[in-house]
Amino acid sequence: MGTSITMSNTNQHNASAASTKTPLPTPLKPRKSLGSFLVTPSVLILLVWMIVPLAMTIYFSLIRYNLLYPGDNELVWLENFEFFVTDDGFFAGISNTLILVGSVLVITVAMGVGISVLINSSFWGQGIVRVLLISPFFIMPTVSSLVWKNLIFHPVSGVLAAIWQFFGATPIDWFTTYPLLSIIIIVAWQWLPFAILLFVTALQSLDQEQQEAARLDGAGSWSIFYYLTLPHLARPIAVVVMIETIFLLSLFAEIFTTTGGGPGYETTNLAYLIYSQALLQFDVGMASAGGLIAVILANIAAFFLVRVIGKNLTDKP
Amino acid sequence: MAYLDIKQLRKAYNETEILKGIDLEINDQEFVVFVGPSGCGKTTLLRSIAGLEEVTSGQIVLDSTDITQLPPAKRDLAMVFQSYALYPHMSVKENMSFALKLAGIEKAVIEKKVKETAEILELGPLLERKPKDLSGGQRQRVAIGRAIVRNPKVFLFDEPLSNLDAALRIQMRLELAKLHKELKTTMIYVTHDQVEAMTLADKVVLLNQGKIEQIGSPLDLYTKPANKFVAGFLGMPRMSFLDGKIVSSGTEGIQVQLAAGENVSLPTRETSLSTGTPVSLGVRPEHVSISDVANGHLQARLEVSEHLGSDTYYYVKTPTNESITIRSDNQNKVNDNEAVGLQLDLTQCHLFEKEGNRIY
Repeated sequence: MGTSITMSNTNQHNASAASTKTPLPTPLKPRKSLGSFLVTPSVLILLVWMIVPLAMTIYFSLIRYNLLYPGDNELVWLENFEFFVTDDGFFAGISNTLILVGSVLVITVAMGVGISVLINSSFWGQGIVRVLLISPFFIMPTVSSLVWKNLIFHPVSGVLAAIWQFFGATPIDWFTTYPLLSIIIIVAWQWLPFAILLFVTALQSLDQEQQEAARLDGAGSWSIFYYLTLPHLARPIAVVVMIETIFLLSLFAEIFTTTGGGPGYETTNLAYLIYSQALLQFDVGMASAGGLIAVILANIAAFFLVRVIGKNLTDKP
Repeated sequence: MAYLDIKQLRKAYNETEILKGIDLEINDQEFVVFVGPSGCGKTTLLRSIAGLEEVTSGQIVLDSTDITQLPPAKRDLAMVFQSYALYPHMSVKENMSFALKLAGIEKAVIEKKVKETAEILELGPLLERKPKDLSGGQRQRVAIGRAIVRNPKVFLFDEPLSNLDAALRIQMRLELAKLHKELKTTMIYVTHDQVEAMTLADKVVLLNQGKIEQIGSPLDLYTKPANKFVAGFLGMPRMSFLDGKIVSSGTEGIQVQLAAGENVSLPTRETSLSTGTPVSLGVRPEHVSISDVANGHLQARLEVSEHLGSDTYYYVKTPTNESITIRSDNQNKVNDNEAVGLQLDLTQCHLFEKEGNRIY
């Protein structure tokens, strides 16, 4: 509210100044200032939107601010950062984040390409298969995680347990034996449709005549895939890697609803670590410090991604 | 050696028959052009020869080997596509050497072949470029180069010039003719452009609705069309047709009563056609001339005239509402709606039965 009032004030001020002080302005000048003047409100709102939380986070990260110990929030400078980085969970959080993002990327891209190529040729029931393949993406992460947890991975009531028992094997308690792998499977299942969606649309723009030319040149299915399809998919693969990285770095709901970061720190990623600092240990200061570290790490990742992949995206085919 | 023999080739998609029994022989070193209106099956025929379409029945024999069921790569043919179909992620050199690389030929041999081909097509400086950095004409040349490198028995061209602008098309047409002389291989060329067909072909195959209407040299098709369709398809502007009926047929020729004018007599041998048979008189624009109203074989009224500089096209309508096109190389100004007389060059006219077959 405060910003809008000040803005309307400046509006009137500028308008009156323009009408009185410049009698016959050249047509270009006022238009230019008018343009920047008209975008000012949105730019201001965006800036406020970004700067206020950032400033508050920075401020919180520099003070002692624990909800369990109310009192004066004294300035402790970088102590929060020091504690966060030396925390037992920090290394686990970073490595788990990297393993999670990396594995899910590999699985979704590899399986996505494979499945897309398979369903690209026409077959009976193609429409239904496509809908089924895309549908996991429309399910809420919490819901799908709970389904995986209670109906598939569960050592007593899960589908997998039933299959194991059918063959006479002892059912696996997935979330205790392979906690990170289980999360990776769930997340990969959720994000595979996204990859397939992008790859299938890209495959539809693959030139038929090129494939025919390759067939005449003596290329078999594998050569056509390797020399034509895969290079053609380079760009959507880059898009999938970029977007998935952005979303997977902040993965939270799946961990929260299934393992709660455990056992120990085995499934704790950075986002979950920050959550546990803020809302399990009520240390807002340290959580803010963790948040800032995560922002820095995400920016480093983004920097490399844009350098490696961004070039691929801006390059004209 | 490349001698291609196509026997009773049929191709049907579900109920629709695209090729209705094609019989065709193509000799060694011949430049054959498939021409016809869109949807006539010429591209399907070419793709069937290439092996990109499965045929429903019939046989394709290349040098006494039946290739009907062979996969495309084993047929010893190379094809140039309408969209060029260059591999976008490979350089010109990689594009041209792709087939050889897949065949497992030694690198040094590939290098040599690509270099030779690049020289023929003047592609030397472009070898390292990607297709996107080439102009339309250059892409076209790379596509041809990719075919030449394989040293195939038969070259197949699927409307290769239709994506080029007019000036480039004429230039590439000449280059293709030269290339055919140089390489001395059999070439099959699909086009809907009759100028390309007339200029390039040793043998024109004119298709319509999945059937061959006529096979022959370009001039044969132009001067002795087998039927009304061929006569109407070849020639720009099109041949004009006038309704009439036979009055008499004797040793001195056929007398035809035109619906739009007086009797004309065509200098031809006697035919078995009885008096009164309805016929259609075909006359090409260059065989009609404008004369005085009193002198012509028929009278007509000028609708539009087009002055092209070298030629003038006059479009006239007879009193019976039949259209006739006249090509004239003089610049005489005739006013729109002016009545004119038309003089037909009767030695050059054609006579068609009602069913379309040519009588004369």
